[in-house]
Amino acid sequence: MALTLQSFPTAEAAGAALAADGASRYLGGGTLVVRQANEGDVSFSRYVRASDPALAEILVSEREATLGAAVTMGRILADPRLACLAEAAHAVGGPAIRNMATIGGNLYASAPYGDLGVALLALDATVEIGGETIPLADFLREREASHARSVLTRIRFALPEDGALRFIKVSRIRPKGVSVVTIAAHLVLKDGVIESARIAYGGMADRPIRAPAVEAALAGRPRTAEGIRAALAVATEGTAPITDAIASAWYRTQVLPVHLGRLLLA
Amino acid sequence: MAKVPVQFTLNGEERAEFVESGATLLKALREKIGDMSVKGGCHQGTCGSCSVLIDGELRLSCLTLAEMCDGTSIETTAGLAKEGVLHPLQRAFNEGFATQCGFCTPGMLMAARALLDRNPAPTRDDVVEALAGNICRCTGYEPIIQAVLAAARANSVNAA
Repeated sequence: MALTLQSFPTAEAAGAALAADGASRYLGGGTLVVRQANEGDVSFSRYVRASDPALAEILVSEREATLGAAVTMGRILADPRLACLAEAAHAVGGPAIRNMATIGGNLYASAPYGDLGVALLALDATVEIGGETIPLADFLREREASHARSVLTRIRFALPEDGALRFIKVSRIRPKGVSVVTIAAHLVLKDGVIESARIAYGGMADRPIRAPAVEAALAGRPRTAEGIRAALAVATEGTAPITDAIASAWYRTQVLPVHLGRLLLA
Repeated sequence: MAKVPVQFTLNGEERAEFVESGATLLKALREKIGDMSVKGGCHQGTCGSCSVLIDGELRLSCLTLAEMCDGTSIETTAGLAKEGVLHPLQRAFNEGFATQCGFCTPGMLMAARALLDRNPAPTRDDVVEALAGNICRCTGYEPIIQAVLAAARANSVNAA
């Protein structure tokens, strides 16, 4: 099938082209979309991209980071100011994939992919799409229904305190393996007590999700085996894990509390 | 189908080609230019057989569109040997029996090359990490890891 690529100077122009042509797909790093074409997906016949270099900008202030959607995993890893995301960026693919895969693309990835999105969700990031800024959680929930024909341009988040973001990707093969479950936890601690927590999962639904029941059960509790017991009891509440070649939904449900507990107490 | 002009450097040589819009770099290199050192394995970004260096960065040619490589410098395994003399990595792979069927070898060599360019004295863990995106279905990983380490040692001896 004939596929063509069309480049536009701005995200607005690329967005207009996407909106006008249902058979077009936005091309970021290519690791999702070109892969689909290679697999024989005939639902699209045109790649659309924006060549605006601003989409690859990294801006870090004292408190906040703003990353262009075209920033790759490799560039995150190379930037010491983004150390909080290094573990999650490193969890994506092998070295070649990390030189190609973009943040924007990662947020459109279906489970079990999208590990960086799990970390960004625990950081309560916002995304800029079609000129609007919305919470990442809302974007993820509505991405197919409302955001499939728009261009995601930026991701913004408050930089966490050192060590406040914990991340684990559980996979069967090291160093590169597909996720069984991925967990990110942003904990605000004071004197050993969890003041507040944001918990995000990958692999526990078709996209990254937050775990509000766990967050509520952790607030105000000491970060001890006893303190987190109630949170682990509700670890799988609201989840709908995927079944794939790596693990069944049942297995993911069984192992999630174990890994969550280890991550929280590590 | 619409053809698009693309200019790049391939293994140090200037190239100007007309490629099909939307065609991958893998297809352009093999079918248009005839560089058969680049292998197409899974076409999904999983196996690493099609690894090339684009402006010094390791990338997968099966997921890269040829027309987006305009103005870049591309390196493939075909450019590793200079004037009939094998690259130290190729020599180490050869001497250490690090190739079995050989299909993954070009991708392994480019991934190893990307590592040694940045880190001339890697640890074993560095090598394992650098080759993590490359699959060898003969499962001959250990000799490959050893060959990369041997090439690094040989380089440091030559540089001293």
